[in-house]
Amino acid sequence: MAADPAAAPRQPTDSTNHGLRVVVAWLILSAIATPLVAIYVGPLIPPGNASVQAQGQVFTNQVMVSLLTPVLCLMAVFFGYGLLRFRVRRSEAVLDGPPLRNDPRVQILWIVITSAMVLFLAGFGTYELLKDGSGGGQGPNPIALPAGHKSAFQVQVIGQQWQFTYRYPSLGGMESNQLVLPANTLVALHVTSLDVVHSFWAIELGAKADANPGVDNVAYVETKGPTVFHVRCAELCGLWHGYMFNNGRVVDSAQFSSWSAQEQRIFASIKHYVNRDAPFAHIYLPDPARRAG
Amino acid sequence: MTEAAAVRPSPPLWRRLLGFNVLTGVVLGIGGWYVGWFGAHAVVGPSLDYFGDIDYNELSVYLAYLGGVIGFLVGMGFLNYPLARLRGYPPSLREKEEAGWTRYFSLCTDHKVVGIQYLWGIGLFFFIGGLNAMLIRTELLSPHRQVFPAGTYLTLVGMHGTMMMGMMTSGILGPFANYLVPIMIGARRMAFPRIEALTFWLLMAAGAILTTSIFFGGFPTGWTGYAPLANQANPGLDNYVLFFALVGVSMGLLGLNMIATILTMRAPGLTWTRLPIFVWGVLSTAVLMVLAAPVLIATLGMVALDRTAQTSFFLPAAGGSNYLYQNLFWMFGHPEVYVLALPGFAIVLEILPVFARKPLWGYRLAVAGLLGVSLLSWFVWQHHLFVSGINGDLRPFYMLSTELISIPTGFTFLCGMMTLWRGQIRFTVPMLFCLAWFFNFLVGGLSGVFLSDVSSDVTTHGSFFSMAHFHYTIMGGLVFTFFAAIYYWVPKMTGWQLNERLGRIHFWTMFLFFNSTFAPLFAIGFLGQPRRVVTYPSGLQFLNDWVSISAFCLGISMLVFLFNLVWSLAFVRRPAPANPWASRSIEFQLPSPVPVHNFDRIPVFSGDPYGYGEGPVPSLVPAGSPAGRD
Amino acid sequence: MRVGVKLLLVCVAVAGAGVIIGFYASNLTTLAGSPAYSVPVQNSNGHKVVNLEIQTVAAIGPKLSRNPDWVSYLIHTSRGWKRETVWNLPANATVHVTIFNFDGASGLRNPYFGRPQGMVGNSILVDGKPTDAVDPDDASHTFAVPALGLILAIPGVADDAKNQCGFAPCPMSNAHRTIKFTFHTTTPGHYRWQCFVPCAAGWIFGFGGPMQTIGYMDGFLNVSA
Repeated sequence: MAADPAAAPRQPTDSTNHGLRVVVAWLILSAIATPLVAIYVGPLIPPGNASVQAQGQVFTNQVMVSLLTPVLCLMAVFFGYGLLRFRVRRSEAVLDGPPLRNDPRVQILWIVITSAMVLFLAGFGTYELLKDGSGGGQGPNPIALPAGHKSAFQVQVIGQQWQFTYRYPSLGGMESNQLVLPANTLVALHVTSLDVVHSFWAIELGAKADANPGVDNVAYVETKGPTVFHVRCAELCGLWHGYMFNNGRVVDSAQFSSWSAQEQRIFASIKHYVNRDAPFAHIYLPDPARRAG
Repeated sequence: MTEAAAVRPSPPLWRRLLGFNVLTGVVLGIGGWYVGWFGAHAVVGPSLDYFGDIDYNELSVYLAYLGGVIGFLVGMGFLNYPLARLRGYPPSLREKEEAGWTRYFSLCTDHKVVGIQYLWGIGLFFFIGGLNAMLIRTELLSPHRQVFPAGTYLTLVGMHGTMMMGMMTSGILGPFANYLVPIMIGARRMAFPRIEALTFWLLMAAGAILTTSIFFGGFPTGWTGYAPLANQANPGLDNYVLFFALVGVSMGLLGLNMIATILTMRAPGLTWTRLPIFVWGVLSTAVLMVLAAPVLIATLGMVALDRTAQTSFFLPAAGGSNYLYQNLFWMFGHPEVYVLALPGFAIVLEILPVFARKPLWGYRLAVAGLLGVSLLSWFVWQHHLFVSGINGDLRPFYMLSTELISIPTGFTFLCGMMTLWRGQIRFTVPMLFCLAWFFNFLVGGLSGVFLSDVSSDVTTHGSFFSMAHFHYTIMGGLVFTFFAAIYYWVPKMTGWQLNERLGRIHFWTMFLFFNSTFAPLFAIGFLGQPRRVVTYPSGLQFLNDWVSISAFCLGISMLVFLFNLVWSLAFVRRPAPANPWASRSIEFQLPSPVPVHNFDRIPVFSGDPYGYGEGPVPSLVPAGSPAGRD
Repeated sequence: MRVGVKLLLVCVAVAGAGVIIGFYASNLTTLAGSPAYSVPVQNSNGHKVVNLEIQTVAAIGPKLSRNPDWVSYLIHTSRGWKRETVWNLPANATVHVTIFNFDGASGLRNPYFGRPQGMVGNSILVDGKPTDAVDPDDASHTFAVPALGLILAIPGVADDAKNQCGFAPCPMSNAHRTIKFTFHTTTPGHYRWQCFVPCAAGWIFGFGGPMQTIGYMDGFLNVSA
């Protein structure tokens, strides 16, 4: 009777401690790679330093990538060593390996280490989030309130198909096409929409908040020095979603005053119509049936 | 008379063409479509349009396609058995199981035929979705030149995503679970063979509905179909709604069938701890399918009502809420992506022992991992909504639950890695795809860790970073294992071998260009390119061009696979041995292709199929059974 | 089956697939788009000047569209009024725009867009009178090129005006408003323009159908050197 190909004889076991080799190689590689990644790669991860929240995100990314580097190193060492060492040449006969089904110590070690990492990441993430809100939209009742939020500079971001406009309640309820923010100021962005769901994303400032119709989505951003930043819509909103962008600026107080004076002059002629039809409010619910006949 | 002898000789070709099959299905489907279309126009008229005449009667689109699907199913012959039973005919389980190629184009109750039908059907729609992806990348070659008008581009994006998500949901369960689960548990059929065939033909009808959406103006919402944009869309969105609703029905029934089969039809001796890990994966996926599909169908029903009956479930200005849609959709959507990922885990763990010649390490831990992922997937869905304005108190909880899901996922990694450890590793083509899974899912999973952290997610949500994440997990995870399963089981299913050299070329080109396509997307996302945009900052053009060219090469690698398929199965036709991989799994102890009745006698199991190095394969035929008895 | 027959079948299948894919891709490049129209350029003292004449209508009519009820922009070309919304303009040029509006008012959703901006003098001429604010209730359409900062609301024909236009193209004898303004093009680029009034009757928020289709209420200014 021909030999059953599925029940091959066993390869004789060898007594090298492969596990020790892998662990040692992994520890050495991690010890080298992790500091390099933490110091050189981490700070390069966007969004950059244009706002306090963006800086916080960079720090969070830095910590996460440093924590994940040993995981990558383990995979690299394990597979590199294992696939090379335990491979079989094509021409050799098919032999079975050792019938290793379980090792509770390995299981427990793995579960403990992965759980610890996960819990650390969740705790660290929560701490970083609650510290300053990280620039994300928190809905009408934000809980991650940065210091000084009570006197934050209020800017309303109105998303509509397909442009963002900005209202400044402290500047006479003025509305503008341009987003200009004063430097070194905590800004409270109130993001809302007039029709479908958009998402306001100030890329370099690290701020993103969905614009939902009938909802006031609050995000905090603390600006730093003067800079130019880009605003893009990050939620598919129809035909011109890809073109729904503009540039924003953070400027020092003198420039901000002159800009706001100029915008208010432009706004003056439409001001009473705006106050008649859509006085400043945290949400607007335009009639959905509004259409031409 | 045993079931083995119930296979009738095949009738002549003209007789087979005359009966209920795809031809009658299509004819009656088209007829049903017109009945629905004109019926709705005659009875309802344009009075259900929103606020005025918009030239389209949405209700007629729905009723037309529903009429089409019903006509198609009647034409396929799904009504025949219920009507026969109503008229008093006795129960029968056999339809079209006679030999002949026409059974692949009709309602056939042989689970192996349904598996092969699924393989070709899903393959077809996979390539259609892939074609749309190539067109998307063509548009993104330049931020200034518009190859496709902006609205058409959005339809392409939506069609690509929707086609892939809808079809690949059943990507592994459809072809491989249908074919293999009865064999692996020692049964001759699935619990509900006709429902099994129904799930396949429903999916094909759904695919036809989605591809015709361009004739109704396409849809601008992407695969997520967010309201209220969905309420504004052209009637092409109704195609999307119907497609996904039918996919939901197909998915739910497929899961139901799998659960019923696995729970009730296991052969003697097959205890839960001896079940192949693939079957455990199918079971955990099936539970998700059955529970998630109804949520999808209900949500889409509400979208349809909003668009036709002037309800306002999702319109804040009229009393509804767009958050309702988002939460309902993701309540389905998150388990859905685990429906996509879990079969991949199961396939890797099933194939690794064969090519490492070692038992599956940590069997119970692997099962716990699969079930753990399945359970935890219900508790994470709001991580898609971190910056959308949900209650801030919820976000740390969902961050924790999302991070927790990486623990059971890690079990799969551990069991797979320890199975390889000290093994006798053979780098066959299925093994290569499984090893690539480790790399791809690792990258995908680690990027998921970034996305699950709310602070980091503020920048990466809705950007190409999240696109890269899910392409690495879904394409790198599911599609690679899909090909692993094809190379591993097609010799068994068809009886012909696939060319190994072409398989290796396919693998290496696919792996190389897949990574080349999707790795830069992480950077592109961080640098500020949102999803689904037709233009981007000029500074990102180099990266986008790199990605587009790599994507074209990835498409070409798929053509290598197609060439291999046609070359090996149609021209070379080298017969495959019963056990080309020297596997201990039960399907490889049967002839290739597996005969209609699966087993001469129902086997009795005395162990799991992973006893490499523990002795000879136990005989699965009960000793002392007289011939002719089951 | 003989090898030759199989080979033939495979070739036929591949050719068929290629043809279908070719049809699909090429049809998609024109679906819901618009051909580009090069606006004639005049040279005045070495400076490029362009005259753009466009009209907006309440219903495009069956001759110009498969959707006769859709609102639309039209441009005056040498071949008459055409429903083309992609216009080629020169860079660093002066563009004099005249808009004839034959449609009634439906109101702005965001009243801020009643403030003309981005054109010379930040004001427009409405029936000959200079205006720097359009009553949002009077607005019928808008013309906006967000990347250039250009936005203006177009006042509508009174509801009780006599001789209102039916289907496009509308002759000047029908009731209409005339809006004139001038703006400058600068850097070459691909600038999209859109209408902001929610005026697509029948769709929720008035933003479906023609409002989301290039060739009706959306288009491009292709500015090239």
